[in-house]
Amino acid sequence: MKGGLGKLVRSENNLFQLTIITVCTFALMCWLLPGTFLTVRNFRSMSFQFPELGILSIAMMLAMLTGGIDLSLVGIANLASILVALSFVKLMPPGSSSGVVIAFMAGAVLLAILAGSLCGLLNGFLISKFNVPPILATLGSMQLYTGIAIVITKGAAVIGFPPQYSVIGNGSVGIFSIPLIIFISLLAVFAVLLRKTNYGINLYLIGANMKAAIFAGIKTDKALMISYMVGGCLAGLAGLVMSSRTNGAKADYGTSYILQSILVSVLGGVKPSGGSGNVAGILIAVLALQFLSSGFSMLRFSNFAKEFVWGCFLLAIMIINYFTSERNKT
Amino acid sequence: MLSPLGLILIKDEDAMSSEIVKAEDIEKSFGGIKVLDRVSMAVSAGEICCLAGENGCGKSTLIKVISGVYPHDGGRIELNGREYQRLGPIDSIREGIQVIYQDFSLFPNLTVAENLALNDQVESGRSLVSWGRVRRIARESLAMIGIDMDIDKTVGELPVSSKQLVAIARAVYCNARLIIMDEPTTTLTQKEIESLFSLIRGLREKGISTLFVSHKIREMLDITEKITIMRNGRVVVSGYTRDFDEIKITQAMTGREISGDRFRWSGNTGEPPLLRTEKLGRSGAFQGIDLTLRRGEIVGVTGLLGSGRTELALALFGKGPSDEGRIFRNDREIVIKSIQDAIANGIAYVPEDRLTEGLFLEQSIERNLFANIYRKFINSVGLLDFRKVRAAASEKARQYGVTAPDISLPVRSLSGGNQQRVVLARWMSTGADVLILNGPTVGVDVGSKFEIHKKLREITESGVGILIFSDDIQELIMNCNRIMIIHKGSFTNEFRSDTLRESDLIDCLNASR
Repeated sequence: MKGGLGKLVRSENNLFQLTIITVCTFALMCWLLPGTFLTVRNFRSMSFQFPELGILSIAMMLAMLTGGIDLSLVGIANLASILVALSFVKLMPPGSSSGVVIAFMAGAVLLAILAGSLCGLLNGFLISKFNVPPILATLGSMQLYTGIAIVITKGAAVIGFPPQYSVIGNGSVGIFSIPLIIFISLLAVFAVLLRKTNYGINLYLIGANMKAAIFAGIKTDKALMISYMVGGCLAGLAGLVMSSRTNGAKADYGTSYILQSILVSVLGGVKPSGGSGNVAGILIAVLALQFLSSGFSMLRFSNFAKEFVWGCFLLAIMIINYFTSERNKT
Repeated sequence: MLSPLGLILIKDEDAMSSEIVKAEDIEKSFGGIKVLDRVSMAVSAGEICCLAGENGCGKSTLIKVISGVYPHDGGRIELNGREYQRLGPIDSIREGIQVIYQDFSLFPNLTVAENLALNDQVESGRSLVSWGRVRRIARESLAMIGIDMDIDKTVGELPVSSKQLVAIARAVYCNARLIIMDEPTTTLTQKEIESLFSLIRGLREKGISTLFVSHKIREMLDITEKITIMRNGRVVVSGYTRDFDEIKITQAMTGREISGDRFRWSGNTGEPPLLRTEKLGRSGAFQGIDLTLRRGEIVGVTGLLGSGRTELALALFGKGPSDEGRIFRNDREIVIKSIQDAIANGIAYVPEDRLTEGLFLEQSIERNLFANIYRKFINSVGLLDFRKVRAAASEKARQYGVTAPDISLPVRSLSGGNQQRVVLARWMSTGADVLILNGPTVGVDVGSKFEIHKKLREITESGVGILIFSDDIQELIMNCNRIMIIHKGSFTNEFRSDTLRESDLIDCLNASR
């Protein structure tokens, strides 16, 4: 077991560094904010906050593994949550019994998954069949999905969820919040998908060398289509958690998540050129970001200052990665 | 302005005796590993020399030391009689040493004229571009090597041989006294190699020396006057080419004897052929191709660049599929419209350019071995069984002679020959019995080449039929029992290789041009 751990550290050098950074961030915040950071209350509140970013980051990683990117994820999440909200508001008769509400909630989950998957499928279609570069395809579709959401809501927030619905975003089982449970289960699913299935390995190979993948007989078009579709499906789920936690759905909610999810992926060791990255990196990176984010809030940084910091952070990591890969080359 | 040509001509007389490069006891280590161990070599003005050796023997490092890219740890370097303690790239260029790397270091998006005049433009420090001057420089430099070419063409659109000419013209224009060429003939056809050689002889007349870095033995014997052979960071032997022959060079390069038996096929022509095509065609690429491949045969297909050779190879593998004619496997008609069709029909393809089309460089050796057959290792719950994968990968690597300390290392860390073995092993694991190889040993050193050929012959013993698409005439003659010549998309000749002479095949190829 010990040998296995040592090997892991060596092979996932980046993961090891990242863990140290995360622990340092944690220690720094504990030191800067004695008595407020290291509290049960803070940890509970963090466990409700980071899972939605975490879910979006898994989706982002999926796109970046193949050498692409998905800028439309938050657009998809918002569109899905608006559709869910409207289905409650318009379709569910007021004063329904809890049985009906539960049925509607199951429907809502399906609707979010379906809407997300369809949006993702469109991305995948543009990218694999028409060879639109992923960054442009998803930039365009981000505007498309956000546009649809604005048109159907006229830009206003949709509210009026049944109280039972808020359990998804605000409930907990024991000490674990439900968003956290959802996130952790998704992590587990994708860890298995990426490490232990033929499909997962194909994604890495496509990201490493598309041309060689085609020559190896991998159905690259289909694999890409599925990966963007699955990414969209994850975004739909993230939308579900977001709308439930805030008890509303809005076309321009959480737009800073796009930059943050790219940040988490890159920090977690996903190479923007494709072919490398794993779920463990995402988990640790999202934690590091949450520690920083919570710490900043407690230190009374404004939200704008935070976005500024995320941007700097992303650029700094890319520069550090450049130097470490240069060093590894020689 | 002084014409560079004039300069060289003036120096010509006394230069013939002087040494342009004199390297003595050069030592160079990387991270404690000695790459060059007391290496000495010299090139005099007007000499054509060859630096030979297998991949990883240190010849590229030596070139980089001479051209000032790497500083040397020990020994002496003299350029044109002046000793350099610390040689920089600028010093080396000033002394007239020009290196033409395999990628030519040209700008594919610029025109021939721009590529040729760029150095002057940068050096002169002008901020405005005078197009008249650019065109004049371009014409002058092409005239210096006696070549006529459309200088307004974009370099990226030129064939490889013309790109090489542009690179040579640029080097000559920069007052080159010694041009070092790194594997210059790898991607050239026989005809182009010959014109390159006559160009190099022309340069010698002007007092410009050439140093070949190569592992193609025949070419060394053809063109060079002096040969230096390296192995494991040392010079094994060095001397006049007239004292060498093919066997001696091979032994010096590999340190072992390599036999030269031709491949013979002893199969049965009565059986239905593994693969047969009838009037196969693809518009604009090839037409009327009748090809037969029997069990255990190795059939070669060769032709000049642009003859439809590569297109035919790809079409048989479903990439850019044929649009007329029929394909049969064991007398049963099949349809190949995609790579998946080809794989499903037991056809494997080892691509021409293993770096861009064959390998996933940053991924592990294991993933490269099993890229397309991971599904074979799925267990009862539908997940991959990594213990099995690992064991099978180690076994495969051993079986195909891939030498690597650990199969989880990226395939980038392997030598060219080992990389090619990985690609071969991958394809043979699909269970295919028709193997198509496109340029199977391009950029592979002699030792590995021999091993790969041996492996191919071994594979045929199990009944696999192999198609080799190559322009390495010697490779084809030694390893194929039949050779087809393709010209303008049609087969023009068929040879049985057991009685075939190399020169006949070359004559036939050149006649078709």
